[in-house]
Amino acid sequence: MIKGTEEVELARRLIAGDSSAFEPFVAIFQNKLFHYSFLTCGQREDAEEVAQETLLKVFESLHTLREPERVRSWIYTIARNLCYMKRRKSIFAPEEEISLDQLMPSFRQDGSERKLEIADWSSLPEAQAMNSELRETLQRAIRSLPDIYRSVLMLRDVEELSTEETAEILSVTTDVVKTRLHRARLAVRQKLDQEFHTAGVA
Amino acid sequence: MTKLECKQIFAMLSEYLDRELPADLCDTIDAHIASCPPCVEFVKSLEKTVAYCRGAGATAEGPRPLDAGRLEELRTAYLRSVPTVSIKNTPAAS
Ligand SMILES: [Zn+2]
Repeated sequence: MIKGTEEVELARRLIAGDSSAFEPFVAIFQNKLFHYSFLTCGQREDAEEVAQETLLKVFESLHTLREPERVRSWIYTIARNLCYMKRRKSIFAPEEEISLDQLMPSFRQDGSERKLEIADWSSLPEAQAMNSELRETLQRAIRSLPDIYRSVLMLRDVEELSTEETAEILSVTTDVVKTRLHRARLAVRQKLDQEFHTAGVA
Repeated sequence: MTKLECKQIFAMLSEYLDRELPADLCDTIDAHIASCPPCVEFVKSLEKTVAYCRGAGATAEGPRPLDAGRLEELRTAYLRSVPTVSIKNTPAAS
C-alpha cells in the first residue's frame, strides 16, 4: 500500500458522511500526532494536548477539506502550529544553519588504506530491533537539531510524508526540503556516531 | 562525467538513497562506491540512520487513550462539520 493511502481513504469516507471511519481515523492520527508532537515540542503532556487539539480543529473544519488527498499535509500543518504555541522557545529565535562541511566524516591513513573515522555501525542493531537506549539516543539527537532541519526530518523520515507534502506544510520549495533533509540526516548520523564512539558500543 | 571524490558522493547521498538522482549520476555513484570501502561504510551508516528515524515514531509508550468526554467532543465536532452524517447515522438530532 502506498504510504498515506489509508489515511486518505478514511478522510474521504468521513467527508462523504460515513461515520464508521471516525474511530479508525482518530486512532491512527492520535498516535501519529502524539509522536510527531512529542519529538517536536518535547513534553509528553504538551504532546498529548497537541494531538487532541489538532483532532478537534480537524473535525471542526473537516468540511473545508476539499481534497482528501491532502489530509496529511493539512493535519500536520495544524499540529505544527499548535506545537509552536506550546513551545517555550520563540518561533522567531534565529535558526542555526549547519554547513555540509561540519557533517562530513574525517579520514585517517592506515598504512596504504584510507579509513573513515566513524563508529562500527555494522555492530549496531537493525531498526526493527531498536532497544530503548538506542531509541532515547535517537530522540535526543532529533530534538537537538535546529528547527529548520528537525521539522523536515520529522515529516519526511519519521512520519514518512512525501517531499511535496513536506514542502507544502513548511512553505518551502522541494529543493529546500531535499537540502535540509540531507543535512538533518547527516547531523543525526553524526550525533549517533559520536555517542556510539564514546560509549564504545561499536 | 569526471571521477567523483568521496566527499562529493557524501553530499548527494540522501538523494541517492531516496532515488531522486538522474540515472547517469546514480551509475557514477554506484561505480565509485563499488570500489571504495569508506563510501560503503558511510552509506550504510546513513541508511541505518534513516531506518532508525523511520522507527522513531514508535516510542515505547504511546499516548494515553482519549477519555470518553474528549472522544464525544470530537464526534460532536465531526457531526456538526459534516451534517449529512447526523441525518444518516444518528437516530435523532439533539
Ligand atoms: Zn568513496
